[in-house]
Amino acid sequence: MIRSLPSTPLYKNGYRVYIALFFIFLVLPLLTISVLAFNDSNFIALPWKGFSLDWFFANTDNRVGLFYDDDLLRSIWVSLLTAFVMAILSTVVGTIASLLFEQEKFKFKGLLYFFAIAPLIIPGVILGISILVSSTYVGNIISDKFHIDASFFSPGFWLVVLGQFSFGATYAMLMVGARLKRFDPTLEEAALSLKATRLQSIYYITIPFLKPAIIGAFAVTFLISFSNFNTTIFLVGSDPTLPVEMFSRIKYSSTPVLNAVSFMIVLVVSIIAMINLFMSRKN
Amino acid sequence: MSGNKKAFYFLLLPVLLWLVLLIIIPHIDLFINSFKVVDDNGNSTWSLANYSDFFSDKIYWRTYINTALYAIGVTILAFIVTFPVAFYLTKVVSKKYAGFFTLLLLIPLWVGELVTIYGWMIILGDHGVINETLMWLGIIKKPIKLLYTDFSMIIGLLYMSMLFMIVPIMTTLDSLDDSLIEAASDLGASKWTIIWRIVIPHSMPGIVNGSIIVFMLVIGDYVAPNILGGKSSLWFTEQIYDQFLSTFNWNEGSAFGFLLLILSSVIVWVALKISGQKLEKVGQ
Repeated sequence: MIRSLPSTPLYKNGYRVYIALFFIFLVLPLLTISVLAFNDSNFIALPWKGFSLDWFFANTDNRVGLFYDDDLLRSIWVSLLTAFVMAILSTVVGTIASLLFEQEKFKFKGLLYFFAIAPLIIPGVILGISILVSSTYVGNIISDKFHIDASFFSPGFWLVVLGQFSFGATYAMLMVGARLKRFDPTLEEAALSLKATRLQSIYYITIPFLKPAIIGAFAVTFLISFSNFNTTIFLVGSDPTLPVEMFSRIKYSSTPVLNAVSFMIVLVVSIIAMINLFMSRKN
Repeated sequence: MSGNKKAFYFLLLPVLLWLVLLIIIPHIDLFINSFKVVDDNGNSTWSLANYSDFFSDKIYWRTYINTALYAIGVTILAFIVTFPVAFYLTKVVSKKYAGFFTLLLLIPLWVGELVTIYGWMIILGDHGVINETLMWLGIIKKPIKLLYTDFSMIIGLLYMSMLFMIVPIMTTLDSLDDSLIEAASDLGASKWTIIWRIVIPHSMPGIVNGSIIVFMLVIGDYVAPNILGGKSSLWFTEQIYDQFLSTFNWNEGSAFGFLLLILSSVIVWVALKISGQKLEKVGQ
């Protein structure tokens, strides 16, 4: 049953088969896309028509490869930029929030904490539409009353960043907070008794201790942003992010270039994962 | 102002801005908006019409109930499918490989929902991997309709959410002392008894956390029902998207959004009550 207990061969092998089937289920979509990215065909699915790099490098009338597809490349750039800004914002505010909720005592703390973790149980769709409704309302008031350009409040880059940040900060807060729970408060007391201010002790003592969790939170919020669709779709302006661009192509004009871009994502993620595994083995 | 007070406000201010401007006010606005209608002249007035539309039109509340039931079903399915895997990775497989397998679990999550759902669309299509393989083997002559059905939608929903079930369960199983299982086994308990009386009770907090997150993700998902589901597979988020992005009736869309929020909150609240857990624990 467990490592230290003997089991019958039937049980052991049956269990192994189930686990194997589960992992096949897990990697099947990733494997399928990756293989079909190299299919010499104009359709996204089978049959296999031979190996080709067209969907990466071709630039002809009926085949435009990933590296010549300007709209797709642009959406990748938009996604990277969005993810970078959103991850920084989420990590900074999430870290501050974890310090506030773990180390400070104040009135209405419980209520405020409830709102901070609420994004975990609010569907992303609703965060998207509520921020859209709200910012449009504010934008209309500003442009009506003051006759100034209020494009900041209409769908576009910054609204996407803010929409994703509204729940990204929650994830960052929980990740950093988990490490903060193991922080030895006597370290800070020592700093304070040596005449450091609270902010100095946070900066010189607490933040360095939290560093691994802060880096982890940045990476996770970056990935959350890069793949987000449900919230982003409502807040996106004329510059779609990669998932939004992919979605509209899947619905209206799918070519195997979608397989190529998916393959690139799978490749990059796998490489990062391998580096991660290698580093953790080393430690 | 003393240094401590200054530090406190320094920490409080950004958090307040985040929660008030991006969580609290938008949801109040959504609530207010859902009780308004706009007439042909562009004037908005208070009204219950958005909610009465929901109850009078069969397609809306049927979709609502359908979504709730399917989401509960997918959550249960996710538990059944992943629990043996979580147990295997924490208790059975040698520690040497556990890290590699756990990492493999996370890759689809990092790759993102849109890519993996697109992958399933290719696998399940008429010229997909499954149909082509079965035809090549001579088992079937014509493709079976797998894509654009409830089946394909459930596969997609299960795939994109199950990792959020497995990770919290693995965390709780990690803290289960192997000697408890050994002791039970020495005293003659069967495998089922051990699972029912020791393993499941111990991993309950993880199961509840996982279920809440899976349910929430599934009920709020749009990509899997829209790309993999058929014409008859109705999902409530699709109604919200239509109101906002096709018919531009934001007031009705706001009402639908609020109804979805109520549905997810009520079910999560019931799950927490039954299990005696606190919401504060869900994120951990």
